[in-house]
Amino acid sequence: MKFLEKYLHKMEPNFVKGGKWEKWNPLFETMATFAFTPKLVTEKGSHIRDGVDLKRTMITVVFALIPCLIFGIYNTGHWGMVAEAGSRDLPYWADMGTKFGIGLAAVLPIVVVSYAVGLGVEFLFGMLRGHSLHEGFLVSGMLIPLTMPADVPLWMVAVATVFAVVIGKEIFGGTGMNIVNVALTARAFLFFAYPTSMSGDKVWMAGTEASVDGFTGSTALGDLASFMSDKPVFENLQTFTNNYSLSDSFFGMIPGSIGETSTFACLIGAVILVATGVGSLRIIASFFAGGLLMGGILNLVGGNEYLDLPAYYHLVIGGFAFGAVFMATDPVTAAQTSMGKLWYGLFGGIVAILIRVLNPAFPEGVMLAILFMNVMAPIIDHYVVQGNIKRRLKRLKTA
Amino acid sequence: MSKTVKLKKGLDIKLVGEAEKVTAEFVQPKSVSIKPSDFHGMTPKMLVKAGDSVKAGDILFQNKYQESIKFASPISGTVREIVRGEKRRILEVIVDSDGQQNYASSGKIDLNTANGDEIKNYLLNSGLWPFIIQRPIDIVADPKQSPKSIFVSAFDSSPLAPDFDYVLHGENENFQTGLTALSKLTDGKVHLTLNGESPSDTVFSEAKDVQINKISGKHPAGNVGTQIHHIDPINKGEYVWVVNAQDVMIIGRMMRTGHYDTTKLVNLTGSSAKNRKYYRTIIGAELSNIIDGNFEGDNVRIISGNPLTGNHTNATGHLGFYHNQVTIIPEGNEYKFFLTKGWLAPGFDKFSNSRLFPTFLMPNKKFVLDTNTNGEERGFVVTGELERVFPFDILPMQLVKAAITDDIDGMENLGIYEVAPEDFALCEYVCTSKINIQDKIRQALDLIQEECM
Repeated sequence: MKFLEKYLHKMEPNFVKGGKWEKWNPLFETMATFAFTPKLVTEKGSHIRDGVDLKRTMITVVFALIPCLIFGIYNTGHWGMVAEAGSRDLPYWADMGTKFGIGLAAVLPIVVVSYAVGLGVEFLFGMLRGHSLHEGFLVSGMLIPLTMPADVPLWMVAVATVFAVVIGKEIFGGTGMNIVNVALTARAFLFFAYPTSMSGDKVWMAGTEASVDGFTGSTALGDLASFMSDKPVFENLQTFTNNYSLSDSFFGMIPGSIGETSTFACLIGAVILVATGVGSLRIIASFFAGGLLMGGILNLVGGNEYLDLPAYYHLVIGGFAFGAVFMATDPVTAAQTSMGKLWYGLFGGIVAILIRVLNPAFPEGVMLAILFMNVMAPIIDHYVVQGNIKRRLKRLKTA
Repeated sequence: MSKTVKLKKGLDIKLVGEAEKVTAEFVQPKSVSIKPSDFHGMTPKMLVKAGDSVKAGDILFQNKYQESIKFASPISGTVREIVRGEKRRILEVIVDSDGQQNYASSGKIDLNTANGDEIKNYLLNSGLWPFIIQRPIDIVADPKQSPKSIFVSAFDSSPLAPDFDYVLHGENENFQTGLTALSKLTDGKVHLTLNGESPSDTVFSEAKDVQINKISGKHPAGNVGTQIHHIDPINKGEYVWVVNAQDVMIIGRMMRTGHYDTTKLVNLTGSSAKNRKYYRTIIGAELSNIIDGNFEGDNVRIISGNPLTGNHTNATGHLGFYHNQVTIIPEGNEYKFFLTKGWLAPGFDKFSNSRLFPTFLMPNKKFVLDTNTNGEERGFVVTGELERVFPFDILPMQLVKAAITDDIDGMENLGIYEVAPEDFALCEYVCTSKINIQDKIRQALDLIQEECM
């Protein structure tokens, strides 16, 4: 790699201040620091520094997302074939090559658009501010496609990504400064800006242009939400669980947004995140606990088929697991104190199920619950910090 | 009432390059340098000029705004140069040795009869006072204050640190005299905190006139800041003084002999150093006696002090006033290709507090770390990492953020009075975003001193 290093050395003077391509420095620096850890040495304070940097942290999250991505591609392919055939009776583990092909054709463009548009906007801001690309979008760029329905128009992905990066992140100052999760901002933007394309019961689902063939590509959540209306899709819970068995839902063999369906794949990701310490076990566990708690409370209240849905079912359908593992744990937008993380996760889980079950306009509550908790996180932290301050003041009085 | 503290948080950075427990004979340094910058915030008023001849113990300069605090020459000889920097700020005072060691006569002091004020005056006039540091703010103690307690740590837990049990072995009487003198400076107690994980030398375990505490755990267990927090925490308006164990011995030795004799043991450590052992030398001494021919390669960083808090110096530099250690590690000023040595490499040579490198499975491996930052500076992203190495009931991230934003109320509430920059050294080490946290805390303390003290 010496020749590449030499080449970078040769090119560097052109990009520094006063060089002929000075304003492209952020682009050059991004490329250079991607290929080579820069030769920066410590100047103040500690002379040695930890091996970890933000690039390694972020790429670990991307690795943790790969099971979800691969499974999502296959699942998209499967439901694409189902939509084409107009029948749900296709065997799941057959025609794997074809399904991967169909899935890849649907998912890859979304991933490419998300990264291309998002990185483009980030570069633009980097050049305006004169800094190289910060790593946050490495993860956001993968999260955005995985939260999208597979048949989302690409221009919508592009518009949502621009909105999310600019309004969700850059106006606050970039990576590390944002208030709400960038990927969820993109999702929420589509949700509210294009309600006709993604309205009501079709949210978080893979429609795969199904309605053309007269096949309703509804999701488990959409079907469940219909219990709250006059015209339920299924007669009762029994027929629902026959259609969406617990194991199918857990392994993700159900329709839904690209990356969200498989709780199993999400848990693989969770293991990677927790083992490496990148994701907070406190948030993930308390988020699941919150969902289970709220589901349990609704079971006790009872009264209709949806309220009677066993609490554990809530954890495996929709985007609950995906949200808990990859969205709620975003360290920038989550609570930052360790006690705060527990409350943040718990309330996130509770609110997600609350919205999901009791608000018929929003069949999936996870996205809104996490965005809501993102906004609430500083308040949670505030009380934790005040608790610390009071405890320390008390020490003064007893001393 | 001795206290025993067990820490759960912290981090031992295991580096290649420990010093062997062998002591090299004393070699008279050709010159010494006293640097006003070692005494943070102090403006010197010179009492000598270039060409003056001085004896060991003669005062070189005093604090311009607190003239009772004086700084003495560790050797006898001639003042070679007063090095000045921008705006004629005094950077260092260099004294050339005359090859002998003639001491000025400051006299002895009898601790049986002397009271606190007499001891204080003795320390001030003899140039011993700067060994006493105050918390909060982490500066040379203000003689007008009376501290609620005085802390001495009996061990240093920082990477490659000298073993005080070895360094002070046999110095029982000098060390005890120093402790007794300190005990008369406070109405409270002198706390001597021992390493709870291994038995200490009798110089510590049999010390009198002190409260002996034990603390066990990883670094920063040996930092006085940690010990103060767990044993007798500082609240607003209170003062605690701290003295390094070897400096206590120097104080005691002068009280017994009447000589300003700053001979001490310093260990040469670090992966780039050769002949790593203990060297007997003098405060401020030229490092050349210790390091000439004793390091490998040209591209090295020579640090007076430990790798977490020491000062960057060079082969012709001098030992810092408070330092007991010289560390030589490789400079990291080279590119690292991302797949082989950089951010996406397996990383068997990287030590990290995170579990993002396979080395977390090898708890006993020792590492050769260079001075590369291993990444560029970013905004705070990762949470919870500082907390894992910060054994205080203080929220480190929130305090650092208050410090960066000059939020004085926030800093006071979150515990700025209890911390010194060195307490944040590990936080700075582990920070994924490569923020110079010790510097931020130093600036915050300066602000607090200006606005609140």
